[in-house]
Amino acid sequence: MNLLYFAWVRQKTGRAEEKFELPDDIATVRELAEHLRERGGGYGEAFAELARLRAAVNQEHVSFDAPVTSEDEVAFFPPVTGG
Amino acid sequence: MIRIQPEDFDAGAEIARLNASTDVGAVATFTGHVRADDGLIALTLEHYPAMTEREIARHVAEAEERWPLLGVTIIHRVGRLVPGDRIVFVGVASSHRQAAFEACEFLMDYLKIHAPFWKQEERAGATRWVEAKSADEKAARRW
Repeated sequence: MNLLYFAWVRQKTGRAEEKFELPDDIATVRELAEHLRERGGGYGEAFAELARLRAAVNQEHVSFDAPVTSEDEVAFFPPVTGG
Repeated sequence: MIRIQPEDFDAGAEIARLNASTDVGAVATFTGHVRADDGLIALTLEHYPAMTEREIARHVAEAEERWPLLGVTIIHRVGRLVPGDRIVFVGVASSHRQAAFEACEFLMDYLKIHAPFWKQEERAGATRWVEAKSADEKAARRW
């Protein structure tokens, strides 16, 4: 799967994009975020408080309970501030 | 028409384009500018290119279902902007003013809370990501 990060999430993880092998035991966006948090360092900081994050799967806003599969593009970012 | 671009736009030319048929009786527009709040030097906007246009197009389709519209133009700039710069344009053409006013506000409110843009503020010696405002969520909920 492809993972994308924007704004301060990108700054904390230190990358805008990465390829990721989805482990079999990860079924939801929340589980994916918790897995990324366990990497520690900048990832630990970026995913410390999931309430501060939003997610999209295949370019659509989703809740953290949404399912993920190995073919998906998943993006993590702060609440949007355009306009 | 939806455009995401670093370049400036000409609001007058966009209004002329929306007034393309004699069925148009009303064109309502909103133009957003960068304010010089608290010594702001610049705003840098980033977005999620694969998602931005799709997300805005979804809201345009919803507006077209709710109001009888004859044209919609949304332009959002990205990159580094300074106080006074135009940042966003929403223009809506309809036969009558109520639909044009309402759809314009609806699109702007939805864009604020759904379109994947992020602003970083630059002040003397420091940068900071803008926090989302709960007032914007509230504004969008009234539709």
